[in-house]
Amino acid sequence: MSTTITRHPDDANLMSYAAGALSEPLAAAVAAHAALCPTCRLQLRDLHNLGGVLLDDVGESQTLPPATMLELAMLGPFEPSGSGASNSSNTAALMPRTIVRRYGLDLNQVPWRWLAPGVRYFPLTLSPGVVGDLRLLKIAPGRKMPEHGHGGCEMTLVLDGAYSDGTGTFHPGDIQDVDGDLEHQPIVDAWAGCICLVAAERPARFSGIFGRLLQPWTGM
Amino acid sequence: MGCAAPKVHQSVVDIERMGGALSKWTRGSYALPSGFSFRGHPVVSRPHPIGEQRAIALEAQSSMQNLLSRIATSRDEAAFRELFEAYGSRLRSFMMRSGADAGTADELAQEALLMVWRKAGLYQPEKGSVNGWIFTIARNLRIDRLRKEFNWLELSDEMLQALPSDDIAQDDALASRERQERVRVVLKDLGPEQRQIIELAYIEGFSHSQIAERLGLPLGTVKSRMRLAYQKVRVALEDLR
Repeated sequence: MSTTITRHPDDANLMSYAAGALSEPLAAAVAAHAALCPTCRLQLRDLHNLGGVLLDDVGESQTLPPATMLELAMLGPFEPSGSGASNSSNTAALMPRTIVRRYGLDLNQVPWRWLAPGVRYFPLTLSPGVVGDLRLLKIAPGRKMPEHGHGGCEMTLVLDGAYSDGTGTFHPGDIQDVDGDLEHQPIVDAWAGCICLVAAERPARFSGIFGRLLQPWTGM
Repeated sequence: MGCAAPKVHQSVVDIERMGGALSKWTRGSYALPSGFSFRGHPVVSRPHPIGEQRAIALEAQSSMQNLLSRIATSRDEAAFRELFEAYGSRLRSFMMRSGADAGTADELAQEALLMVWRKAGLYQPEKGSVNGWIFTIARNLRIDRLRKEFNWLELSDEMLQALPSDDIAQDDALASRERQERVRVVLKDLGPEQRQIIELAYIEGFSHSQIAERLGLPLGTVKSRMRLAYQKVRVALEDLR
């Protein structure tokens, strides 16, 4: 990765992520960012240690029945050290390894769907019953998004290209983590366009935002 | 399995329990940036006199690392029994506070320990404490089994463990125990209102909005208290980077 990542998730969200308390779509965005960001991986180590200390003080309940467990454990397969994910080097495209592993999808394989002029998307499936939205967006160079607010927490992770808004410019690996307060009008890089992973804790946000792009065409 | 095992276990557990009580003695004994204070009280910055009590707490962590490595290298059943007894009851409590009924809590706590057995060889001290690692196993089970959501964290942990240590300074196991001890001291010193929010997130698995609802606080207050607590952890570990 040539550029350095400068925009990270909100501290409260990174902490909730480590705690296992972030909703599935937001956790997807933070996991994808962490797969690209060494700084956040280091932070997560300490945030996991925090969980370890809390586990010490969780209180003792009655003793856990041990006998059958020991028998089970002796029968259980044993994972050799050093196994696990091994594709540690970044490929040219910045599709985070977590997304590749979950959906079997690399950046050059996404079956993009048309959403609005200059805007394509691909929805990523969430578990049954989970509220929220997770999708990939591909926006044409120079495209200006409609000005919009945010109905709840939303995260945008840049995978390729760049975009800017009033708060700065976002490059690959950068994540924009916003809550309901921000109103902005992102403008996509004039040369490279932008591919990003977008997560929202509320559903059906995007048709609202991008619906306005369609207005001149459909009169919606 | 050695006949000395129960005795060893006893001392390990005692030392673990002492660690919590004793860590308040060690308060402020780290080299913090000048001007750093907790709740208005300046914290005196001193070099690291490794007090006897702190050494005991570090020793307890070291024992846990040792147990894991005995399981990993020789499938040592006595070591597993010690870990089981040290963590079983706490993992059961964790599962109950996460919303499991008693039967499910037994099952999930046992399953967590089974995973500790299977994955012992994957544990790397420089990537976190034993306690922190076991917490992540329990947390992942909560997401899989209780919330029935896709576990991005597990995928992310696997990768974290499998990544080469390029982004992690050449810490050794000792530095890793030191990090955990500092986090323990920060937690002991947190105000109750920050501590409560962190516990609701880590142990009960509550989202920011659930915490806000439970405590009758604005969402923004929950988030800002969490950020403050995180900031204290960061400051306490700054000089170890």
